[in-house]
Amino acid sequence: MHSIKNLLYNIADDLLIMGHRHSEWTGLGPILEEDISFSSLAQDKIGLAYQIYKILNETEKEDLPDRIAFLRNESQYRCCQFVELPNGEYDFSLIRHFLFDHAMDLRFRMFGKSNYQPLSFLSRKTAGEMKYHILHADIWIKQLGNNNEISHVRMQKAIEVAFPYSLGMFETFPFEKELIELGIYQGEQEIKISWLEKISMILKEANFNLPDPEKIKPVFGGRTGNHTGFLKPLLEEMNEVYSSDPETEW
Amino acid sequence: MYGGGYIFDKLQDNQVNDDPEKLLLFEERIARGEKIEPRDWMPFDYRRQLIRLIEQHAHSEIIGALPEGTWITRAPGFKRKLALIAKVQDEIGHGQLLYSAAETLGKSRENMINDLLNGKSKYSNVFNYPAETWADVTVIGFLIDAGAIINQITNSKGSYAPYCRALERICYEESFHLKQGHEGLVFLATGTFVQREMLQDALNRWWEPIMHFFGPPDKASVHSEKLMKWKVKMASNDDMRQEFLNTYVPKIWELGLTLPDPKLKKNTETNKWEYTEPNWETFWQVINGNGPCNKERLKVRMWAEEHGRWVRDALKTNQLTQSVPLA
Repeated sequence: MHSIKNLLYNIADDLLIMGHRHSEWTGLGPILEEDISFSSLAQDKIGLAYQIYKILNETEKEDLPDRIAFLRNESQYRCCQFVELPNGEYDFSLIRHFLFDHAMDLRFRMFGKSNYQPLSFLSRKTAGEMKYHILHADIWIKQLGNNNEISHVRMQKAIEVAFPYSLGMFETFPFEKELIELGIYQGEQEIKISWLEKISMILKEANFNLPDPEKIKPVFGGRTGNHTGFLKPLLEEMNEVYSSDPETEW
Repeated sequence: MYGGGYIFDKLQDNQVNDDPEKLLLFEERIARGEKIEPRDWMPFDYRRQLIRLIEQHAHSEIIGALPEGTWITRAPGFKRKLALIAKVQDEIGHGQLLYSAAETLGKSRENMINDLLNGKSKYSNVFNYPAETWADVTVIGFLIDAGAIINQITNSKGSYAPYCRALERICYEESFHLKQGHEGLVFLATGTFVQREMLQDALNRWWEPIMHFFGPPDKASVHSEKLMKWKVKMASNDDMRQEFLNTYVPKIWELGLTLPDPKLKKNTETNKWEYTEPNWETFWQVINGNGPCNKERLKVRMWAEEHGRWVRDALKTNQLTQSVPLA
């Protein structure tokens, strides 16, 4: 089953790069509790990416997870550009975490019904993690939306910067139609519709405005290997030690 | 992670006259092995020294996260990457626990962090050195965490209950860090020629900071019988250093690695380790802000302080009254 690989690479690469960005908050969080939270988010994202690379390796006969993650160059990566962007300040990182995790949660709920067993099995394991990520994001969004004017303005601006990129999470890719027909999942558009509904509701509660998705040009390219200039240095840093001797154990 | 080497404040006996009757009862309680709780009566100096000690310990945890933290993004492979994130997360968590323990004595976390940034309050010297290669991460994870455990187990037998409770929890996590550090170090030691060289190089660089870790020799440090009696200071620097050498030098040697001190050996007659005194002038230089990374470490914390201020301000005006379901 060749086409499933595309989907698996998209999702795992999104998770790995997102986790990598979250881990960059170590030591820098606005309060210690958030430092700790972003570390947990990072561990869960990277851990889940590893599980998907493992499916690619064990079921789809791709290379070993470490080699997939640490030896590919940026044009071989299939993550969306949204996750590549630098962390910036806490406002952007938080809104990205909110937009990303709601999409990932809905995606994995959908995978729960997939007839591709490794994925449906994995989604049962991740449901418990996703719940907390969303709880965390929602509480903070509501707190920063309703508390004072500075935080409200900063967050609203961050939403406007992040939103066009976040639509890139739902970029179509080769064989998507085939996967829908095979009952692997219901496709990117379906996830996007549920996602828009969900995030609109929460953002409204927090007094934020979500830009009209019909009037926004989504930032695509990641699923075909076209990335921002931020991915290459990120991968070079990530691979620095591993690629110095990939044949040995570290 | 935290070492000894804590420099206690000069005792100021005449600053506050503690009620002699209460003082007597307090000292009797400690002598009986009782623990002191936050609302119990305590001498002025006991409170003051403990705040300084626990605060310095907490700072060491959050600053200590930085040298290793810079390697999270470069850790080779999933296993190392995930373990390192979790480990550094634990260290930040220790900071959180310890700030809370110190807060029970009356100083807010905010004030403690302000004192870290304005240089009034110190942290463990060892974190003012850079982690130059991946091998440094394994040396820190094994040997610095090992040193920290010796210090923290000792301190956990002290008299102030909230600090002891925090330390007991911390020690459980640290002992896991030690296993992880040892495993990573053994991998390099038994790996390729390049990995082994990298490790030997890191050991050579870290040896002096490790010898400094437990603080100046007893003969050079100000002794305070009172702090010992109050069970604030629990063991001498030299005793902890001996315990460290006795447990960990053989583990390094058994891997065929060397340590850069030709005099280092155990005297079978005295049963004590002999070594070349590290340069204590360097130790004081680093404590006073002139180490290789002092400025960089504080700059990072300053960034977090300044860029996170709007978030903390927003929390102060919290208008949300929702309760969060725990599960």
